[in-house]
Amino acid sequence: MSEAGLRLRLALSRPDFELDVDLGLPAVGISVLFGPSGSGKTTVLRCVAGLESTVRGSVRVGNEVWLDSATGIRLPVWRRNLGYVFQEASLFEHLDVRRNVEYGLRRTTTSRDGGDALQAAIELLGIGHLMARPVAQLSGGERQRVAIVRALATRPRLLLLDEPMAGLDYARRQDIMPWLERMRDELSIPMLYVTHSVDEVARLADQVVALDAGKVSAAGPAGEVLASLEGPVVGSDDAGSLVHAQIAERDHAWHLARAEFEGGHLWVVDAGHAVGKVVRLRVLARDVSIQLHEPAGTSVQNQLPAVIESIAEGLDGAQSLVRLRCGSALLLARLTRRSVSALELTSGKAVWAQVKAVAVTS
Amino acid sequence: MPSLTEDSLQAIELTIELASLTTLLLLLIATPLAWWLSQTTSRWRAPVGALVTLPLVLPPSVLGFYLLVAMGPHGPLGQLTQALGWGLLSFTFTGLLIGSIVYSLPFAVQPIQHAFEAMGRRPLEVAATLRASPLDAFFSVAIPLARPGLLTAAILSFAHTVGEFGVVLMIGGNIPGQTRVVSTQIYGHVEAMEFAQAHWLAAGMLVFSFVVLLVLALMKRRVGRVMP
Repeated sequence: MSEAGLRLRLALSRPDFELDVDLGLPAVGISVLFGPSGSGKTTVLRCVAGLESTVRGSVRVGNEVWLDSATGIRLPVWRRNLGYVFQEASLFEHLDVRRNVEYGLRRTTTSRDGGDALQAAIELLGIGHLMARPVAQLSGGERQRVAIVRALATRPRLLLLDEPMAGLDYARRQDIMPWLERMRDELSIPMLYVTHSVDEVARLADQVVALDAGKVSAAGPAGEVLASLEGPVVGSDDAGSLVHAQIAERDHAWHLARAEFEGGHLWVVDAGHAVGKVVRLRVLARDVSIQLHEPAGTSVQNQLPAVIESIAEGLDGAQSLVRLRCGSALLLARLTRRSVSALELTSGKAVWAQVKAVAVTS
Repeated sequence: MPSLTEDSLQAIELTIELASLTTLLLLLIATPLAWWLSQTTSRWRAPVGALVTLPLVLPPSVLGFYLLVAMGPHGPLGQLTQALGWGLLSFTFTGLLIGSIVYSLPFAVQPIQHAFEAMGRRPLEVAATLRASPLDAFFSVAIPLARPGLLTAAILSFAHTVGEFGVVLMIGGNIPGQTRVVSTQIYGHVEAMEFAQAHWLAAGMLVFSFVVLLVLALMKRRVGRVMP
């Protein structure tokens, strides 16, 4: 991809595992590495950081070369201009929060304006009130936010996040998610984010790289990869698509908001987003059904004219997944194979999609 | 204390001096050694580890005998010190100090090594991603996190040196003000049938040792695993 982005060619072999990855990623936004455990997500991150000594290949971040086996370049970890947020709490227990977030800052050469980076990061992740606390007194969510600030304070060229929410319970995840969404929208550096949670992919990802057994099985913009019938989540209950839309109207009487995208709109529960705000809509395949004619007299609020792009059989023999295009948006619908046959659904056919539920995230 | 003779006081002073110096030097030697043992994947790890542990199981007289031979006029250490114009170290305070360091080495290395191993690689990886060079990370992260282990090592080295007898007798002899420490002083008193003097020193050693172990046990309860 672009010169300013991230270029990775990684090869590593272990007795029971082979990593072979060739990727180009854009210079901004969150690229999510997604896949089951053991697929090599964390290993990719460690290779990029220089924590795996046996990796071969090349790592290029913008115009900086961190690894190039062909010419023998291998920058040690501490010379790579990166931030790394580890899966489990990795704060230094012998230092308080302030000394933790200043640890990396003190060691960067550009520490003159680094104080600004630290202050900005403290505000971005809302940890100002925690600065004087010992690490032991922080909750799991607070620890990860402090770890992110510590990484950002060094003004990294690349931020690596290894399942930063894996050790947190549901409530804590919901606490930290808005902070991560804010980072995605406000930071101008690329981020590589490892997760096995479809929910995190749907809420955070700009780009998705699906990994399977050490190889890339799908890569591209999040909306496309999630709605791909060969994609990584097709077989699961979480199969569904992602629609980028803009809040066009809020109906306070019914507590609904109209989210508009090129080719249609969806009424969603008003989550308090202002008119004009760009939001992500997550539409699960199990919440989409198909009619041949414009529906009337239905309780379902959202009907969209759509064209069938392709049809794939699901995993269990009875189910099918139908991919629909509706203007700029892609939808997945989960139907029984019998319905597909009865309605004579085929590629290119014009139909109506009924959407029962939409989740909105910013 | 009217019941302690001049000789006994001198022995106590010498013991404290020997134990303090031994502890100080041992921390300087054992910390890098423990670090290497905790990090290396070298095939020398096991043999070096066994060598370091050897003084724990060898009879002090065996250790003392070999040290005496090494420091003697025909031993490698003796030849070296003679060549350097320092004379022979056997039956001197310096010789005793070297003996004590070897004798207490496992007591210093093991708690520190355990502390480094318990810490794992993660804190050092984190430090590296925050621009700390390996040496910087060692001093700013590894040493502070291993502090309970270092404290245990210091206490055990000191106490073990105070309780040393066989090695002292072999390489130090029993020279007042030079190599006569509390344990050999007690031995001297008993030989001379001065049981009252022996009692005072022996009871003092007993109380000292008990207090040391008590402190270690209390520390262990407070900060988790610090005992070897």
